[in-house]
Amino acid sequence: MTPKPLDGVRVIDLCVVWAGPFATMILGDLGAEVLKPENPFVFQPMTRGAIARPPQMMLERAAAWAGGLPGNVVGDRPWNYNPTFVSLYRNKKSFTVDLRRPEGMDVLGKLVAKADVVYENNATGTMEGLGITYDWLQQHNPNIIFVRVPAYGNTGPYAHARALGVHLEAVMGHTLLRGYDDADPSANTAIYSGDYLAGAQGAFAVMTALWHRERTGAGQLIEIAQAENAAAMFTQAIMDYSLNGRVQETIGNRDVNGRHPCGVYPAKSPGTSEDQGDHWVAISIEDDEQWQALGRALGNPAWTADPRFATNDGRTQHFREIDQHIAVFTAQVDDYELMNHLQAHGVPCAPVLEASRMFEDPHLRARDFFKKQTVEGAGTHEYVGPMWKLGETPVEFLQPPVTFGEHNDYVYHDVLGLSDEAYQQLKDTGHIATEYDASVP
Amino acid sequence: MQALDDVVVLDLTQHIAGPYATKLLADFGADVIKVEPSSGDIARQLGPFKGDEPDIERSGTFFFLNTNKRSVVLNLASEAGRAAITALARRANVVVESFAPGVLDRLGLGWDFLHPIRPDLSLVSVSNFGQDGPYRDFKATDLVLYAFSGEMYSMGTTDREPVKMAGTAALIESGASIGAALMGTLWASKRHGIGQHVDISLSETHFGGVDRRHATAIAYQYSGRKTLRAGSQGGGMPGGIYPCADGYMDFTNASIRYDRVVDMLGSPDWATNEVVMDPMKRLDPEVIEEWNTNFLMWCLERTKREIWEEGRRAKMLCGPLFTMRDLFEDDHFRDRGFWHEVQHPDLGNVTIPGRPFQMPKGGWSIRRPAPRLGEHTEAVLREAGLSDAGITAASATDVST
Repeated sequence: MTPKPLDGVRVIDLCVVWAGPFATMILGDLGAEVLKPENPFVFQPMTRGAIARPPQMMLERAAAWAGGLPGNVVGDRPWNYNPTFVSLYRNKKSFTVDLRRPEGMDVLGKLVAKADVVYENNATGTMEGLGITYDWLQQHNPNIIFVRVPAYGNTGPYAHARALGVHLEAVMGHTLLRGYDDADPSANTAIYSGDYLAGAQGAFAVMTALWHRERTGAGQLIEIAQAENAAAMFTQAIMDYSLNGRVQETIGNRDVNGRHPCGVYPAKSPGTSEDQGDHWVAISIEDDEQWQALGRALGNPAWTADPRFATNDGRTQHFREIDQHIAVFTAQVDDYELMNHLQAHGVPCAPVLEASRMFEDPHLRARDFFKKQTVEGAGTHEYVGPMWKLGETPVEFLQPPVTFGEHNDYVYHDVLGLSDEAYQQLKDTGHIATEYDASVP
Repeated sequence: MQALDDVVVLDLTQHIAGPYATKLLADFGADVIKVEPSSGDIARQLGPFKGDEPDIERSGTFFFLNTNKRSVVLNLASEAGRAAITALARRANVVVESFAPGVLDRLGLGWDFLHPIRPDLSLVSVSNFGQDGPYRDFKATDLVLYAFSGEMYSMGTTDREPVKMAGTAALIESGASIGAALMGTLWASKRHGIGQHVDISLSETHFGGVDRRHATAIAYQYSGRKTLRAGSQGGGMPGGIYPCADGYMDFTNASIRYDRVVDMLGSPDWATNEVVMDPMKRLDPEVIEEWNTNFLMWCLERTKREIWEEGRRAKMLCGPLFTMRDLFEDDHFRDRGFWHEVQHPDLGNVTIPGRPFQMPKGGWSIRRPAPRLGEHTEAVLREAGLSDAGITAASATDVST
């Protein structure tokens, strides 16, 4: 095993849904030991699935990324192989403890004493309800780094507003800034870009606070208000209002800097959107040189030489007309063929890739992007690879997506040094388990 | 002190993703030395411009992405420029670049050149598709990257083309990912004395990120199922985006906690009659449709702020669709101190989004505005030990010097 940047750092992961678990996954990828306490009596919604034991019908009604379980059957322990869960839980360890009981909090306190970071992104008030506050953590470890990721911050009138990523993006302006430029925003489907940003910056925050602690010895409480964190994604719209008082509106797939043409065009398709067989390509022209290259790539049809289109000003004025011309051409050609052909002429172009097709992509194969992992109850599959290739400290998938309570022995015996007797007692009282209690739906 | 004020970053990146990553380090204290060609970072030519006057010192995008950095103009094709890079790299903890793959090697400034300068110095190379593979030289923009590597296919309606996120959101996401990778390389250097070449493909920062792309791929591996490009989320009580008196509100399907819906609405008859209170009868599409007609009327009689206030009180998962004006005028963010004013010689007082997170010890701070082109060439090169003649030669555009 090669050395890792965060060897020796221990993180307690009290996270739910996406934004928190993505941060701790990045830390795990970089070598931190990430320990996730889980409660056999409480199911955290949208983390290991919607509910612990979903009826078969619920799987089928859910979107694939939530309900696409192995072989489309619920199986014995669906919480171990929910697709959204496994996408975020490699390189982490799971142990179980009921934090609603004093002896459970005692376990957590002992672990905090041996940890560097505690990370949580629950609804405001959840941690306080359990008694997990910065003060309490400091009593167990004065130099602990505690990261909290509330939706709008833990102060102010929105402190207690309930929100998913989609709501706080609406508040930060994203919902009105995206979507089709000729339809009202009620057609805008949910996206969760804020979870990516807050997750990546959460990992950055932890590493920055560790750097500070290395220099000063001091831990601290970090607050990532997800809404505030999301603002950077809308730089152009924010700065346009700030500098010019202008309220930008959605421009669909066009370029925020007004370079035309820029859009998504139909490609020759083996099916329809209903069977996910519709193919599309994105083409984005940045300057006159690329515009001329596009003309050559398309075989110099007469319209590409139209003097009205020679400059970006002209193309901006007539972009819908140009879009129609491009679409007539692209609709006859396979999307990958279009990418290879246009790119050979220096034109930015790629298919709008439906997720399953990534596994056939020659470039990702050539870069050895996918990693095989085996998950109990799911079998062996190829998984999406890491975000970066670090030459000497590569991200390795050393621990596959963790099953519920998989590291009970490790945490209670090896980390906390519990006796066999004490271990058995916690097991008898339901703290230590590898399944959710039968009372959990 | 600031957490990273003992870190020096030699920053050869341009445009959006790389500069956002190095801005994160700069805003937490790092000395980021931004090397620009004499024409400037390409982002200087991207709007919005103050007063809509295109000028390399008036770009709001550049201004936001380059706070706290120092700008040095260098001609990397010249011997003197190379000497300057050597001197700067010797003092840096990490070098980060976003040239097209192969360019840095052709300039003689690649990994083989940098690694011998100091064994614990890392080079982070950012490119569209990575340093090798068949797409190595492919061009990409925010749209092309997100179409190929992000979960754009699922966004939009089934009867139309997929549609992307706003602006250059995908590149900012990549920038945050690069920021985390930069901290990882700094820790590898600090902890193990390891310097390394890091290959970051912007495309892979999306394939390997969140926002469903990863989960949709796994779902396919597991079940053969693919994700439909969804229409509106309608069908809930309430669920989806509804117009109101002055805009729109977004609600996540709340039927699991219908008690909260009733609470938000103030228990009107249409929301509390025997039919809608029965969880089984509530599944009837006609019941849902009639309920939604009433709910729409309720929304249209109220502003988004009024509805959200009731929604917050009742713990509803919902939010208003704010415009940028709404956001700037909002008391919550202003009172929390989120917005930040920065003085700039050409732009005057400029308001920018503030801290990405609150870190009370050694945290976010703006020490200086984004640099004017070449503002710090002389000072930085002098610190690096260059002579007056060396400084003049390093930034001269004429390759023969």
